[in-house]
Amino acid sequence: MKKRWISLFVENNIGVLAKISGLFSGKSYNLESLTVGTTEDPTVSRMTIGLNSDDVTFEQIKKQLNRMVEVIKVMDFTNMSTHMKEILFIKIRNCSKEDKTEIFQIADVFKVSVADYGTDSLLLECVQTETRNDALIKLLTGQFKQLEVVRGGSVAIESINMTDR
Amino acid sequence: MKVAGTSLFVKALKEEGVTTLFGYPGGYAIDLFDELYKQNDIELILPRHEQALIHAADGYARSTGKVGVCLVTSGPGATNLVTGIATANYDSVPLVCFTGQVPTCLIGNDAFQEVDIIGITRSICKYGVTVRNREDLGRIIKEAFYIASTGKPGPVIVDLPKDIMLESGSDTYPKEVNIRSYKPNSKVHAGQLKKAMEMLRNAEKPVFLAGGGLKLSRAGKEFTKLAEITKVPVVTTIMGKGTMDTGHPLYIGNIGMHGSYAANQAISECDLLFSIGTRFNDRITGMLVEFAPKAKIVHIDIDSASISKNVVVDIPIVADAKQAIEKILEEMVSPDGGNNSGSAMECNTASWLEQINGWKQEHPIGMRKDAGMTPQKIIEKINRLFPESIVVTDVGQHQMWTTQFLEIKEGKQLLTSGGLGTMGYGFPAAIGAGLGNPGKPVICISGDGGMQMNIQEMATAVALELPLILCIFNNSCLGMVRQWQKLFYDGRYSLTCLRSHRNCNKHCGDFSGQCPPYSPDFVKLAESYGAYGIRVETENEIETAFLRAVKNKQAPTVIEFMIDSEELVLPMVQGGRSLNNMILEC
Repeated sequence: MKKRWISLFVENNIGVLAKISGLFSGKSYNLESLTVGTTEDPTVSRMTIGLNSDDVTFEQIKKQLNRMVEVIKVMDFTNMSTHMKEILFIKIRNCSKEDKTEIFQIADVFKVSVADYGTDSLLLECVQTETRNDALIKLLTGQFKQLEVVRGGSVAIESINMTDR
Repeated sequence: MKVAGTSLFVKALKEEGVTTLFGYPGGYAIDLFDELYKQNDIELILPRHEQALIHAADGYARSTGKVGVCLVTSGPGATNLVTGIATANYDSVPLVCFTGQVPTCLIGNDAFQEVDIIGITRSICKYGVTVRNREDLGRIIKEAFYIASTGKPGPVIVDLPKDIMLESGSDTYPKEVNIRSYKPNSKVHAGQLKKAMEMLRNAEKPVFLAGGGLKLSRAGKEFTKLAEITKVPVVTTIMGKGTMDTGHPLYIGNIGMHGSYAANQAISECDLLFSIGTRFNDRITGMLVEFAPKAKIVHIDIDSASISKNVVVDIPIVADAKQAIEKILEEMVSPDGGNNSGSAMECNTASWLEQINGWKQEHPIGMRKDAGMTPQKIIEKINRLFPESIVVTDVGQHQMWTTQFLEIKEGKQLLTSGGLGTMGYGFPAAIGAGLGNPGKPVICISGDGGMQMNIQEMATAVALELPLILCIFNNSCLGMVRQWQKLFYDGRYSLTCLRSHRNCNKHCGDFSGQCPPYSPDFVKLAESYGAYGIRVETENEIETAFLRAVKNKQAPTVIEFMIDSEELVLPMVQGGRSLNNMILEC
């Protein structure tokens, strides 16, 4: 089992997202994240799909995606140089003054911004790789009790020269 | 010129060369039927249930090679198609199913007879789309026919909201299709083919495995030529049976759960398995790790997703079966640009063929000769009396017996629901085959269970004056499940007796209670519809019954064969066991 990434170009039509996600549930493939949006061509949508699977299943997933009538192109990003980021919001409630200082320090080290501020709460906005976001959530859940987390799923694009995973 | 959507719809069907449409009207399809009423080029067929309707279109498509066309209303009309769509999808049958839909302004309102049929069928069709703009109608229909019939064929659903069909718009039906996301593969990778042929040349115990894909690409002749030149023996899946004349000396038999001993042994012992157009379904492989354990595997298939899905192959070749074989034959006639004849490709298979023939003689497929009227004897009679015919089966024991004993030569076809295994398929599919092949005998072999799943089609067959011969192998039970209960569930016949009544002793198991003599009386039932009914109880009545049936040229004939409930389909590989572990007798 290994983490994999697919970048998928599909027709921007009604029902295509349902068809793609239905393939994963119907065939018991393990889908971890899926993001979708239109591209520079409004008739094309591009998805970034993160999943965990073994080699054989992953080959089959790519083939199954490829044979769908609405799929224009399947790109395997697993071993490609890409830029990949996920947006993450974390709201921390019931913070003491000390807590807030601590959070600001964490934000500084993790290079995330404090997007909103309340008397006893803070909102962090993180645009990082999925693994860095995982690490930040792990750190904060270890220290603070009242957290609210929302994640957007990763989006990715092939690198030109620079790589940032 | 501006015309209504309904008018463009009919024009589109005509341009696609549709001559037969299987339809069932309703509130949201009424305008389409009204437009069809005004023309005479397309014959409209009214089956009595939408499930039967789509099976009929399926039988029509399989037997003619044309696209089968269905038109039903929204809601229940559409949902009744579902089983038929899945059936066609698994066996790669080209269908275009038009469904009526509520007006676009009502979609999502839980309106009367509204269902999201595109959502419901998303995982069981090749493509599905709701027409949401009148200007897209022509293009969508054009694409539907193209997608259904090209590449790996399959069912396509086109959902037609009522307001779109009434809206006025362009009358242009496009001549060409250009779908950027759908480009069926039309090339053959010559390098891979060369490697495969090299492997074949070096093999000592090679076998060709022919699947349904060979039949779909209508490559029977080319394939037989290839086998003859190379002298490589052939096994088939159920869907591939008939690709090569079953009487051919190189033909061994079917493989799989109810395949022949020799064919399954050949798979287990071969050193090269050259497979074409199969997806290695679990019913043919048995235990996967024990499947063809000594063999290198070559696999030609038009669907890349079928390759290395179940069985990991050594040489994958994504191509249409016919194109690939033609390419092989070309390369072989002049290998490496030289002028050698096919003899260069001949494999030294003499001792391998001898070994296979030994297996054939060791355990031939066959039923006891002294057991009265066995299914084998009935099917052998069909072989003798109807060499040129279309045989359609339902699903169950009778289907497996047919695949075991039916001889298929040129001019004969076998239609069967192999992938989904849909009971109720046979009879309506026979109606479709009869419509598509006037003058050709169509014989349906069904069980007393499956026949009742679409028995209402007797009305359709009578109305259409189709001289179908409908054989019912009546063993008073759901035989295939009962066989499993007998072999693997200690004879606990849970819900498989078709003659049992509410107050029956459930442990009876041998029809010794107060059974009604018939349930139903198929002869009377046939007669009530205006068809002929014949009951056959003994072996020597078989031929007479068929000869009487042949005389009925304007109506179907039901021949009810009363067969022994204890009759089993043997040999058998228990699900999940390896192919060389067969139950040969009980």
